[in-house]
Amino acid sequence: MVLVSRGFRLLILTAFAAFFIVPIVWLVLAPTKSDEALVTNGPFAFGSLGNVALAWDHLDAFSNHIYRAWIGNSLLYALGATAIVLVTGVPAGYGLALSTFPGRRLVLTLTLIVMIMPAATLVLPIFLELDALHLIGSVLSVILPFSFFPFGVYLAYIYYSTAIPRDLLDAARIDGCGEWSTFRYVALPLAKPVVALVFFFSFVADWNNFFLPYAVLADSEQYPIQVGLSNLLSSTPSFNPATGGGGQQVGIFRPELALATLLAVIPVAIVFLLSQRALVRGLVAGAVKN
Amino acid sequence: MTVTIKATGQKPVRAQVTRKRGLGTMRGLPFVLPYLPFLVAFGILPVAYAFYLAVTTDTGGWAGFDNFTRTVRDYRFLPALEHILLYTGMWLGSLIVIVVGLALLLHGRANRVTSTFRFLFYIPGALAGASSVLVWLFMLDPSVSPGSFLLRNVLGSHLFVESIAPGKLPFVFAMIAFWTGAGGWIVVMYGALNTIPHDLEEAARVDGAGPITIALRLKLPLIRKWIAYMAILAFATGTQLFVEPQLVNQASLGQVPDTWSSNQLAYQLAFRYGDFNGAAAVSVDLIAVALIAAVVVVKRTGLFRIED
Repeated sequence: MVLVSRGFRLLILTAFAAFFIVPIVWLVLAPTKSDEALVTNGPFAFGSLGNVALAWDHLDAFSNHIYRAWIGNSLLYALGATAIVLVTGVPAGYGLALSTFPGRRLVLTLTLIVMIMPAATLVLPIFLELDALHLIGSVLSVILPFSFFPFGVYLAYIYYSTAIPRDLLDAARIDGCGEWSTFRYVALPLAKPVVALVFFFSFVADWNNFFLPYAVLADSEQYPIQVGLSNLLSSTPSFNPATGGGGQQVGIFRPELALATLLAVIPVAIVFLLSQRALVRGLVAGAVKN
Repeated sequence: MTVTIKATGQKPVRAQVTRKRGLGTMRGLPFVLPYLPFLVAFGILPVAYAFYLAVTTDTGGWAGFDNFTRTVRDYRFLPALEHILLYTGMWLGSLIVIVVGLALLLHGRANRVTSTFRFLFYIPGALAGASSVLVWLFMLDPSVSPGSFLLRNVLGSHLFVESIAPGKLPFVFAMIAFWTGAGGWIVVMYGALNTIPHDLEEAARVDGAGPITIALRLKLPLIRKWIAYMAILAFATGTQLFVEPQLVNQASLGQVPDTWSSNQLAYQLAFRYGDFNGAAAVSVDLIAVALIAAVVVVKRTGLFRIED
């Protein structure tokens, strides 16, 4: 009986694991095959590395190396905005956690509410605002909204109000540290785990954001990779028979599209691996909050 | 001051410490100042400006509720609303049943297998945005999909266009959202289950409760706050759907309208028709939903503390 229930449990978990993982395995294998072999060979057959190189040549040639520009843009937007998030958000969490000033409660409440609101809610309002300010089409129209990341402030706030003993900071002050030195030499070095967490969540949120850059950028040279992928999709004949002739000219078929998608995930995977330890601890810690 | 301390002992000492910690002072404000412009510019002003546009005309005059009634009467408004409600309902249902179910299954016993599964479930989270939609366009194409057997027999589609037939879209979008988002929620639910004291479980076991009884009668009620949090958040997020239908529209040769969801309708009003006031009105509808959900989460679930 115990054995049966244990087997049943494992069966359900394995079935769901397959649901989550099979598409990714397929995606990794797809660029090794030609567009034709994708249809005729088994979905998990391995083609050849030569096909990957060929797919990359086609992808790289697309619209004058624009794929590289998209990846570069995404790095610029995500890293630039995340740098601003760290510089403004971590001190803000510290200030909110360890002192009171008039309006503190209001700032915290507003931060929480915007944090919980889905990101897509504010995209059109931000577009309308930036349009009124004539900032549409500029790189800043992506980086500045990305630089507002209330979740990062909240993470720093929770960390400083629970994990850092106040006596430690008081000790630094008694030893003659000013407010800034106390933060710089005591509070900030202690916050490494939370800095890693904020970096991860902010970078991934920016990297994967489609809607905001889609709304505020018009020039395809400025697109980040997510918007670029939608551009590639429109040029793939199997999903867009209208571009059938165009597909031959630009050389973007399913293996190229799969490779483009796969490469676009790699930076997120790298950041994930770099911050994994802090992440796992942080996700569990975030779940407790008591 | 010293006299007071000597005379009454404990209390004034605490008062002194409190003062040293700067309660009631402006000490923390300089640290918060650099963040405030961002909060105002991209958290508060966009909402205020959308409200302003929604109640004015394109020449800046007072419009009252005109923009709202006009957009609600738009022939695309109700279908879009129906779509996102159907989609959100399906997504919400799958999250509550499957995510909580899987978290309980994983929490059954703590071992290495459990952490491997959690990791596997979490991986698709890296492919949010356009990437996940592209992956699923492949998965939904019977000619290349590893699940072509399921597509033919369960979804009844032999061609890609049949997979994205209008009637199937809410289900398809719910599946994509579940694929990318469920793993993160499973980790959160698992974390919540870990906060349940071990003694409690032990006591139930001593009293003769089996694993299923413990899961359903002990663990489930203890994490209901988190389930409520997930449900409210998923509801709010679901109503704002944009990326998935937008990309499917591009891949469907117009079979899927570009105003499938409400957020798309707002986008099209602004971009195709230059009707910023109408777009703002639809945006305000969506903001209202998200705002109510956020306020309920902050004020009611008690999961987010604001200390005084």
